[in-house]
Parts: sequence; C-alpha cells; structure tokens
Amino acid sequence: MTRRVVITGVGAITPLGVGAKPLIERWSAGECGIADGFGRALEFDPLDFLSKKETRRMDRFAQMGVAAAREAIGQAFGEEGELPYEAHRVGCVIGTGIGGLPSLEENQQKLIERGEKAVSPLAVPLMMGNAAAAAVAMRHDLHGHCYGVVSACAAGAHALGDASRIIRAGDADAVVTGGTEAAISGVAVAAFGAMEATSPTGISRPFDARRDGFVMGEGAGILVLEEKEAAEARGAEILGELLGYGATCDGYHLTAPQPEGTEAARAISLAVADAGLTAVDVDYVNAHGTSTPLNDRSETMALKLALGERAADIPVSSTKSAIGHLLGAAGAVEAIATVEALRARTAPPTVGWEEAEEGLDLDYVPGTAKPIENGEGPLVGISNSFGFGGHNAVLCLAA
Amino acid sequence: MPTDVNTDNVEKVIFDGLVELGTERDELSREASLEDLDVDSLDLVELAQIVEDEFGVELRGDDVKDVKTVGEVIDLVVAKAG
Repeated sequence: MTRRVVITGVGAITPLGVGAKPLIERWSAGECGIADGFGRALEFDPLDFLSKKETRRMDRFAQMGVAAAREAIGQAFGEEGELPYEAHRVGCVIGTGIGGLPSLEENQQKLIERGEKAVSPLAVPLMMGNAAAAAVAMRHDLHGHCYGVVSACAAGAHALGDASRIIRAGDADAVVTGGTEAAISGVAVAAFGAMEATSPTGISRPFDARRDGFVMGEGAGILVLEEKEAAEARGAEILGELLGYGATCDGYHLTAPQPEGTEAARAISLAVADAGLTAVDVDYVNAHGTSTPLNDRSETMALKLALGERAADIPVSSTKSAIGHLLGAAGAVEAIATVEALRARTAPPTVGWEEAEEGLDLDYVPGTAKPIENGEGPLVGISNSFGFGGHNAVLCLAA
Repeated sequence: MPTDVNTDNVEKVIFDGLVELGTERDELSREASLEDLDVDSLDLVELAQIVEDEFGVELRGDDVKDVKTVGEVIDLVVAKAG
C-alpha cells in the first residue's frame, strides 16, 4: 500500500505580510510587495515570535523559518503545537539558498577590523545553512530526520520533495518542511548585480517582453506534511495533497538554464507521472517565472514540451510578480501559494504582465485573477523551481 | 586603555553584558544562578569576549566551567586581573 502525503498546515513570511493568508489574498488581488527594487518582509518583527536571546542566536533567515513554522504547526497540530505522533516520527527539512549570509559578512568585517578574538562564538550556528531546521526542531521537539537543503533557488521545492519521500518511505509520519531566505545584504546584492541576474529597473514582470532580471526578495514558507491515513485518522483538516515530485539537473551551465528546457521539462513530466497523472490532468501552473530573459523563455519551452497542447489551455502565473524572488524560500512559498490557489479555484495574476514576446504565448494570467476550471473535483497544479547549477525541482499538488 | 578592574566596574560590565545577551535586568543579582537566568556555555564565551574587550582579562572555557552564580563570574574576573 502506497503511503500518500497530505498538507495539514502552512505558514509564510513574505513581502506581502506575515502569514499565508495575506500572501494568497493580496497576490490574488493583484498587489505587489516590492518596494525600491527589493521584496523585503517589512512587516516581520522577530520579537513577535522569539525572545531577545533567541533572536540574537538566529540569523534573520532562521528567525523567519521559526515564525513560519509556528504558523504551520499551529494550524496542523493546534495552537499548543502538541505533536500527534511520537517525536522521533516527526522530521524537519528546510531549504535555503545561502543560510546566514549577513552573519557571515558581519563576522568577516570584525575579523578584518579587530582580529580573530572579535569573531562571535555564535558565528557558525548563525550562518550554517541547517540553522533554521535545527531551530525549528529544537523549538518543537522534533526528533526525526532533520537537515537543511541547499540547491540555490530550487531548495524550497527540493526540501518538500525530500520530506514527501521520507514520509512515503515510512521513516516519518509527519515532516515540517519548507524554505527560508534572508540574503538581501552586501555580497549577495552586489554579486547578483555583477552577473546581471537582477533587474536594473527593480521591476519583477515575469514573461513580459520588457523583463530585465529578477528582484531579490526575502521570506519563508513552511508546511506540515503528514501521511494521509494518519492525518485522516486524527481528524486533521487536509488542505491539499503533495501528489508527485520530479527532480533533474541540466548538467549544462553554472547559472544559465538549458535553453530548450529539456531537463526542466523532464522534471515536470516526472512529477506528473509520480502523481499517477498525465499532462491533461494539470489545471494550473505556478511557474518559476523569475523575470529573467533566459528563465522565462526556457521555462515556457519546458512547459510546452512536458504538457503538450495542455500548456496553452491552462493558467500559468508567477508569484514572483508580487513578491520578487525569495531564492531558497521561493519553492516552498510558491507551493503554499499553489495549494491556496487550487483551494480557492482561482489563479492569481502575473502582476504587471502587459507585453507579449514572440514564443512566450501561454496564458500568463494578465491583469486580474481568473477561475481555474475543471469540474467540481479536486484541482491539480504544478509548482516549478529551478536553481543556479541547473537544479530542477517540480511539485505536483492537488486541492 | 582597559577599564580599571575593581568589583564595581566589573559588576557593571557583567550586568550590562548579560542584559545585552538577553537576560532581564530585574532578574540580575550577584546571587542569581546562571542556570536560573538561562545563561549557558555560549553566553559565557560571549561574556568572556566582552570582559576581555573591557578589562583585557582573558577567560577561557575551563576558567568558567564550574562557575554557578553571577557573583562568582565577577569575583573570577577580579581575581584573574589581580
């Protein structure tokens, strides 16, 4: 008997606010949380969630991860967060692109200016990429599989994929999983700018002919995944199901996607097949849609390659048009957005899309949200995430 | 130029340091136990950095491993300086 994986809790910190609700509601209304060329989570205050001491002991990316996890766990297990399973049967897998970069920069500065003795003993636990997973596990007493996932902008989706595999394999009954990122700081901003990956105009407009790069964002998305029968047995409200997962690698270039989207397409096909479905069953695509000239073209080709004629018949929208690119958090935040869009049976718009480009001819949901149509039953969506290094991770979700 | 090492000065620096590390000021006293204040080994290493910056007195992990109260930390710094 195959073990199935359902979603029973979601939590998010994004440029659209604190919580999964403002994310989906404000995005669906066509709002954009980007200001001055960055998608900052301005409404997030770590002291709303953590003591002063805990705040000092976590870099911002881990603080956001803990805050989003509290929301997700509260929804899944109740406000007290009491686990319905033995602690060693609950895992914690959280992705990030880079981890605590601001802490690394700060301590590097101290090292240069004042020498070794000025470097904080907290520097390593602050900057390590697994810090968010460790902090969430410590706070909620989770004793199963626990680690960070690092695959650039695919990390959030890889984390969810791994978490679903852990449950399917029988190693856990629940996994707290997702992604978190807070890397809007000196080196990262300069480096993405130097490689001309970020938008010089500071506008995120995926799939639009005028797109000129991505906008850096920050935030976290955390989900509680559970084995379906166990969740049903305890009477949990089931928000959606993680039906399938596909992961491939371009093996092509350090930063550029493979131009025809061949391996990205294979990841999409694998995710759909893993769900036991075919292309015609897909009702909505939450695109990676970064607003870079290269990604949006190769992703469009990948969607056509994987979904065939179905690609032109369904809405395809990018959350990044509303919040920018949350890097290692993107895949998880967008998985939440996908599930909520399916639940509302509404595809939020690709905010700001106006000008078509030859070959980029899918329904990118310009202007306003539109219904996702396919009878009365559960809807199926895919969420794409692609990272520097050629990493492709695709989730097939239903709600 | 390091600050003069006397009990009053050290107490002020240690108290301020512990507040900076997240301890509530109204819970602080010489008698307060580090365990009750939730001051752990990482806090003590940070506190040692603050003390060294201020007084030029070097504390290692071994020096503070048996210390139980805030007052004992203060006395240790004063004794090391002497």
